[in-house]
Parts: sequence; C-alpha cells; structure tokens
Amino acid sequence: MNAHDKNLAARAEAARAAAARVTDPEVPVLSIEDLGVLHEVDVDETGRVTVSILPTYSGCPAMGVIALGIETELAKAGFEDVRVVLTNTPAWTTDLMTEAAREKLRAYGISPPERRSGKRALFAASADVACPRCGSRDTERISEFGSTACKALWRCRACREPFDHFKCV
Amino acid sequence: MQPFSDPRAAWLARLGDATLILGHRLSEWLSRAPTLEEDIAMANLSLDLIGQTRAFYVRACELEGAGDETTLAFRRAEPDYRNPLLVEQPNGNFADTIARHLLFSAYAAPLYERLAASNDVETPGIATRSSREMAYHLRHAGEWMIRLGDGTAESRDKAQAALDDLWPYVPELFEADDLDREVAASGFGVDPSTLRDDFDAAIDETIARATLRKPAEGRGQRGGKSGQHSEYLGHILASMQFLQRAYPDARW
Repeated sequence: MNAHDKNLAARAEAARAAAARVTDPEVPVLSIEDLGVLHEVDVDETGRVTVSILPTYSGCPAMGVIALGIETELAKAGFEDVRVVLTNTPAWTTDLMTEAAREKLRAYGISPPERRSGKRALFAASADVACPRCGSRDTERISEFGSTACKALWRCRACREPFDHFKCV
Repeated sequence: MQPFSDPRAAWLARLGDATLILGHRLSEWLSRAPTLEEDIAMANLSLDLIGQTRAFYVRACELEGAGDETTLAFRRAEPDYRNPLLVEQPNGNFADTIARHLLFSAYAAPLYERLAASNDVETPGIATRSSREMAYHLRHAGEWMIRLGDGTAESRDKAQAALDDLWPYVPELFEADDLDREVAASGFGVDPSTLRDDFDAAIDETIARATLRKPAEGRGQRGGKSGQHSEYLGHILASMQFLQRAYPDARW
C-alpha cells in the first residue's frame, strides 16, 4: 500500500468512526454500529464519503433521523461531502447485533432478541424471553407489537414488571 | 401517469399498490381499535405495509428509470392502481378487518418468501425484510381469528360472516395474468398461482383451530389487478391524496 492509499484508508476509518457515533433515536443506548445498521463507509479520490445503512423494518421512521445524524457527525469530523444511501441487500437481521449491544439493551431494560432468527411454525410457542430486570424466564407476551416497530410488549410473572422485548427478525 | 414500460417496474408497483391501500385501510383504525395494545398493533401493521410500499415503489422507479414514489402514491387515479379488490374492502367490524388481514398475509408471506430468490439486485433484500414482517402479520391475524372463532357466540358469528363475505376476493389473489407470467418466466418475479398451497395450509390450520368453516369458493370478484375497482377505492384515494392534491409537494 502506498502513502496515498494509506491516507485514503485512514480517512475511511475516521469516517466510519464518526458515523459509528450515531445512536438509534428510539434506543439511544445503541449505536448504529452496535445494531448492525451501519454497513459500509467509503471515501473516494475526491473526498466524497458514501455511507450505506441497512434499514431495519420497512416502515422504520428512524432511518431519516439516522441519516441526518450521520451527516452531522461526519461534518463535525471534517467531512463535508457526504452521501447516505439505504441498501436493501443484504437484508438487516437482529443476528447482526453484537453481544455488547445485547448487554446494553438488557441494562437499559429491554430484553434482547434471541440469538438466532429463523422460521418457526405459524402458532408455535414464543421462544424463552428472560425478564431484563430480574432475569426470570417466567414471562408472557402481552402484545406482538409495541412502542416501536422493533419491539414487542412482555410482562414478567416473577417480578410483575412489564418490559419491552426487541423482536428477533 | 403513463403506464410502465418495464414489466418488472409494473409488477413491483402492483405489489406496492396492494400494500399501500391495505396500509391506509389499517391506519383508519388508529384511535378506534378495541384496546390500546390493538391500536398500537394496527399502527405497526400499517407502518410495515406503507414501508414495504415505499421500497417497492422506489425500486420500480429505479428499474423504470423514471418517476418517484410520491407521484405513484398520491398523484394517480383509480384505474392506475392495480391492487387486488380484497385490500380496498372496508374495515367493517374488528372481525372483518382481521379476516381481511389473515387472507392477505397468508398470500403475501409466501409471495415475499419466494421473491427473495428474485434475480434482481435490490428486490431480494426488500422481499426478505418484508417476509419477516409478514410472518408477524400472519400470526397476529391468525391468533385473533382463533380467539374470535373459538370465542363467544357473537364473536364466532361475526368471524364466520367476515370470512364468508371476503372469500369472493380470494381467487383474484392467485390468478396469474400476462404480467405475472412474464416476470416469473424471466426470474424476476413470482407467479401467484404457485402460492395457493401455502395459503391453504395456513388458512386451513387457522380455521380448524378457530373451529370455523372454510367458505365454499365460487367464481369470485376480480378486476383490481387490471385497474377495475370497487367504488371504495375512489373514497380511499380522496382521503389519502387530499394533502398532495391541495398542496402539491407539501413537506413538513
């Protein structure tokens, strides 16, 4: 790698680090890197930065705010020519979420998605969901749909607290 | 709005028309659903469908090399929309809405699953994401159908009446026309007639658990896929398009 390429690679790394500081507006403890939403960051010869992000749910209204956040963070880091693109393929999945992200979710009071997304039978019982507060697995689903597209409403039978569960998709 | 010249764009826009109209219908429940949880569920289901619409429309415009999603959604007339008649049927009572959603999601879930194998670059990702969403829709509608069918005498009567009333709109979902066959043959799209077994499997299981009766299938009502709609669509568009018609390019 020559000096020029090294410089480009360093700039791409700096741009990625800046973009990775953007957090999810609905779940502010998670960065878009933690979520697996931040896909690729490229810097071309002219200095233009292209950031591709993976939309989570089709109708997730957070994507516009996230794109704006990326532009803001990159501007702060000195990148002025920035383009944010939504990439449909590969499709985002909760499997992209890091282990650290799961721990942050739990500490924030949201039960993280089960480890593996996959197809299950139409009326199969829900997977074990542990209460993020007391850790009990004696929990029940209240509603498959919660306060945002990515969350379901659950309740713990042991400590009686309701909680959000990040859906596994 | 001129018809599409690219068959892939025309076909994707047709999928988008179905999810847009159904998404709008579900949004009519907001603040009126029977419980708070259900109100939130309706909003989420509607949001999924409108998000899918946007992805389908955006990709259609890219393939066509012209147009934009706002024009497709808000500035066309009834005959330009190619959604099946099922999705424009009124919300009715809660059982009618649940039955309509059960029928649509039992059709759309396998459709999106197969579409994930499209030879397009962007469509497989859109289809994969949408199929995960539709699995939730199907389970939600199915669980409600079971609760209503296997519930009180009144809920059972209403659930059965809803299925009976909506069944005439089922055949249209699975009838392949020239456009369906063309995009399926090219490896881009899916022939809807291949989805019927998956639909029947999901519906039969749900109806059996709900202790309801599967309606007899007559000739059915059709026309939406070729732009011939019921009177309902015009009323939906009048409400849905008002803002963009009155204040073109309005933003907030």
